[in-house]
Amino acid sequence: MISKRKAGFRKWLPFYLMALPCIIYFFVNNYLPMGGLIIAFKNYNVQKGILGSDFVGLENFRFLFSTDEAWIITRNTLGYNLFWIFLNMFIGVAVAIFLNEVRTRVAKKFYMSAILLPYLISMVVVSYLAYAYLSEQTGFINAIFKTFGLHTVAWYQNAKYWPFILTIVYEWKNIGFNAITIFASVVGISKDYYEAAEIDGATKWQQIKKITLPMLKPTIVMLITIGMGNVFRSDFGLFYQVPRNVGLLNSATDTIDTFVFRALLQTGDIGMASAASFYQSIVCFITIMVFNGLMRKYSKENAMF
Amino acid sequence: MNRSSKRFLKLSHIVLLLLSCLLIAPFLLLIISSFTDETTAVQNGYSFFPQKFSVDAYRYIFSNFRIFGKAFLITAGVTLFGVLLGVTMAALMAYAISRPGLPGRKILNFYVIFTMLFNGGLVATYLTYVSVFHIKNTYFALLIPNLLCNAFTIMLIKNYYQTSLPTELIEAARIDGASEWAIFFKVVMPLSKPIIATVALIVGLAYWNDWQNGLYYLDDTSMHGIQNVLNDMNSNAKYLMQFAHSGGTAVPTTTVRMAIAVVGILPILCIYPFFQDYFVKGVTAGAVKG
Repeated sequence: MISKRKAGFRKWLPFYLMALPCIIYFFVNNYLPMGGLIIAFKNYNVQKGILGSDFVGLENFRFLFSTDEAWIITRNTLGYNLFWIFLNMFIGVAVAIFLNEVRTRVAKKFYMSAILLPYLISMVVVSYLAYAYLSEQTGFINAIFKTFGLHTVAWYQNAKYWPFILTIVYEWKNIGFNAITIFASVVGISKDYYEAAEIDGATKWQQIKKITLPMLKPTIVMLITIGMGNVFRSDFGLFYQVPRNVGLLNSATDTIDTFVFRALLQTGDIGMASAASFYQSIVCFITIMVFNGLMRKYSKENAMF
Repeated sequence: MNRSSKRFLKLSHIVLLLLSCLLIAPFLLLIISSFTDETTAVQNGYSFFPQKFSVDAYRYIFSNFRIFGKAFLITAGVTLFGVLLGVTMAALMAYAISRPGLPGRKILNFYVIFTMLFNGGLVATYLTYVSVFHIKNTYFALLIPNLLCNAFTIMLIKNYYQTSLPTELIEAARIDGASEWAIFFKVVMPLSKPIIATVALIVGLAYWNDWQNGLYYLDDTSMHGIQNVLNDMNSNAKYLMQFAHSGGTAVPTTTVRMAIAVVGILPILCIYPFFQDYFVKGVTAGAVKG
């Protein structure tokens, strides 16, 4: 029995060795930091390290939630995400349906390349693109305003413009990803339905309403569920780079991720940072579990596990 | 094709053409701005039709090749090394957990998936890397945190192995007495070129575009790659002044900023037309299996 087990082990050993580099990497990169979450309950001291620092109970959380910022960053993170999930669906489905109409290969390839391009560049470069338009002195938009004799706008000093600017930049960058994702499902709808509908004299609009949209329902539900699971995460790059980390804009541009970064590396308030980071990790975990659970009920093959 | 369909086809082309132009316009503005004469840019602002063109911005970059060339090479080196190492590790892991009958396979699978569900967040990750592994101000900081492997690419490769790998070939090689490692590198890897190419593009893009690791872990700006140099210019208005200009004249900061951003996206713009199908595949593959 033992020798049999030994032989089995020898047979499988190469596979365990193959898995080993990744096992070690995930331990270092993912599992150790999960243990490191304990720092949120401690008064972090560089000399004493993560384990040696003194416990302070819920002190860090009391500080965090006594500030207005805790409310602002939660509101901004949730608000932008919820709005964008639905905007993504609307624009993504529309663009995917248009893409599906195009029969010419070259044209289709051109459109897909063009709309996906913004998705491929870094947020730092995006901030330069945005700056080329929005800079107060040399921006393209203000240059246009000047030629028409209008007053220039200090975009980077007024929080009220930023919900719009961030939405435009976000959609500009992600439209291709969303559209192509949904397009993959639109392509999968059998042509027979449309042919039958055409013979019966259905207009295009009727075909979209009666065939395409109902057939896309599972994809839409899946994408909304994934989006809802990540509703407490924000794209750090978008909120940090595009507003160029200007404090004046914080009421409109600060999210949990930018707040954690600033507290950790710019103001050095590790207690505050770790409490906010812990809060995000836990709430994220809960939302992901809840929405993945819903997914399992609704369509098991699309659930993560 | 009835009349309504024809009209809708026209509408589709108009909408998509307009949308494509709108999405590409910022790139054109960036590139044209980088070729604009400095005085023109300062006086009239960035424009699609500048009055005067100039290559001064690029001349400045070349005269400071020691700085910008180095940043470019750092990013290129880290990207190359990261892709080679990361993709190999992911493929090995994917191969292991796709082997039917492997004892503990479910546990390994969960070990990978769980990293998608829960994470320690920035503070705990940062403190672990800094205080346990002392990664600050080393090149490991650009290579290792968050980018090397992730559950998503492993699952992507695993799905491919489970659906598209001919098991007979593996069995045949095993009967011929090949070791499992030889089978992996000589049989499995050559058979999985499409998925490996897709994953290599995803990982390469993540490395090329990364600026967060540099921002978190490298205080020493001389170690910064191209994306971090762009970030440094954003956060420090005087960043460009610290390097001498060969002509002895003032640094053309307004246009140089844009020229460096162009350098930052140049490799992507260059390879994109040739690998477009893989990019689209990578995007849709990720979408279908959340």
